[in-house]
Amino acid sequence: MGLEDLLKKVKDRFDDEAEVAPALRSAAYNKAESEKGVKIPEDLFFKCPRCLTTSYKEDFEKNRKVCANCNYHARLTWRERLNLTADRNSFSEFDANMESQNPIDYPEYADKLQKLRKACDMRDAVITGECTIRGYKAVIGIMDSNFMMASMGSVVGEKITRAFEYATKNKMPVILFTASGGARMQEGIISLMQMAKTSGAIAKFSDAGQLYITVLTDPTTGGVTASFASLGDVIIAEPKVLIGFAGRRVIQDTIKQKLPDEFQSAEFLLENGFVDLICERRRMRSYLARIMRMHNYEKIEEGRVNK
Amino acid sequence: MSRISATERLALIRVKNRPTVNDYIPLIFDGFIEMHGDRHYGDDAAILGGIATFYSMPVTILAQVKGRDVEENKRTNFAMPHPEGYRKALRLAKQAEKFNRPVICLVDTPGAFCGIEAEERGQGEAIARNLMEFMTLKTPVISIVLGEGGSGGALALAVCDELAMLENALYSVISPRGFASILWKDPSREKEAAELMKITSEDLLNFGVCEKIISEPAGGAHNDCQLTADNISEYLFDAIKRLCRTDAETLLKNRYQKFRKIGMFTE
Ligand SMILES: [Zn+2]
Repeated sequence: MGLEDLLKKVKDRFDDEAEVAPALRSAAYNKAESEKGVKIPEDLFFKCPRCLTTSYKEDFEKNRKVCANCNYHARLTWRERLNLTADRNSFSEFDANMESQNPIDYPEYADKLQKLRKACDMRDAVITGECTIRGYKAVIGIMDSNFMMASMGSVVGEKITRAFEYATKNKMPVILFTASGGARMQEGIISLMQMAKTSGAIAKFSDAGQLYITVLTDPTTGGVTASFASLGDVIIAEPKVLIGFAGRRVIQDTIKQKLPDEFQSAEFLLENGFVDLICERRRMRSYLARIMRMHNYEKIEEGRVNK
Repeated sequence: MSRISATERLALIRVKNRPTVNDYIPLIFDGFIEMHGDRHYGDDAAILGGIATFYSMPVTILAQVKGRDVEENKRTNFAMPHPEGYRKALRLAKQAEKFNRPVICLVDTPGAFCGIEAEERGQGEAIARNLMEFMTLKTPVISIVLGEGGSGGALALAVCDELAMLENALYSVISPRGFASILWKDPSREKEAAELMKITSEDLLNFGVCEKIISEPAGGAHNDCQLTADNISEYLFDAIKRLCRTDAETLLKNRYQKFRKIGMFTE
């Protein structure tokens, strides 16, 4: 789409919404209007990968990165997710310094990790720790797809395993926000073994009678779907996100036909019986807190975690 | 044991007459009785399950079935299981637990099947469930990779007390072809990937993923199927004796630790 088309589309949309437009007219829009013909930085707009609608990034971000048109719940950074989920100042991180080695000596793997660590403000693709959510203490894990598609290697496997071991010992619930492209191929067979390791930790945790809630976010696929993401006592998905085992392209290549849009969506999984519920981002905290309450966890003062 | 490259082994395990589970089972076990179905959806011929005796001891066998010809491959889907295959395996493993039989998994698959129906019926969930349930199965579990151990589809039958590999077998997070295709956007660099990925039985022994390498006759298993079967038998005899002597609590603790300790990181 050319710049002219984009601007026209945006303008049309605002003309359509004339009654509410004044409040919606963002600085970005005005700036774009006044500088017609000048190159607009792309990061002013969000183009929804599901419905292809373009909207102002500012509006999109105010809406917690949910597409106002189709309700697609877009990807968040770990920090955004944490801020939307944990009570203010309640989070304390586990294993903050853990870093992967290079088990198969994959060329330039260390450099790639180093660059991503800076860009994503994290050492590997998952952040774990404990926090309160509306006053309920929980062990929490957040995967961030900006970090090598949140693929699972040694660090992701180890941190998640330790999170479950900690929660087992301290009789706490675990909430994992999953997102992943699957196993981290650059770590070879070691990455595959993390599927067994994490699933084993969940088996012990589950035997100890504690609650595990998975929140499937965009995209949850491959080895993560085939291990801890599918093992929650309660499995929640965000609307319109992609969830599956095999990649779309792999399946398309196998069956030689185009797949319907809703294939491997949260709604597709709900219909097939693989998620308990679909929950919107704005209601997620309240749902998580209610579910913890109904599993007999006690509410403590918000923001307090005793280490 | 002669050192041959990963690429040569890749060719060896694709030799048309490389023995499959259907060759080995009658040579290793007696009186195999096949048991079908997952009790939920259907029966998946990609995974063969049943009971047999091994030196007059009842055992449960779960095996991925590579076809020996086009007909058989059509039936067994080239050993690429659907969710109902993994669920059948879990059902029979639970049956084995109830009756205190060791479970012997014979792994030989390119991977779990990737298709619309597999997704609809929860391929990811089926594999995940097996990983979790096998970890706490209160009976010995021994897995042997016969040829190809492909990804999560292999791992779903390889959460075990001991993993053995035939000398030329490969076990990997993804096929070398898939690796080259995804990381280098060039599936033709398959051989280069095979050499890089560290997927041979010796590599996996070094990583602590595999506990035992079962030797093959010179030139590969197909040169003497009986000898290969004898080697497998000999290993199984030892392993079963050893594991059946271990009490259930220690068995499960060791099984957990076997996987728990795998990971390469600094902190
Ligand atoms: Zn949209």
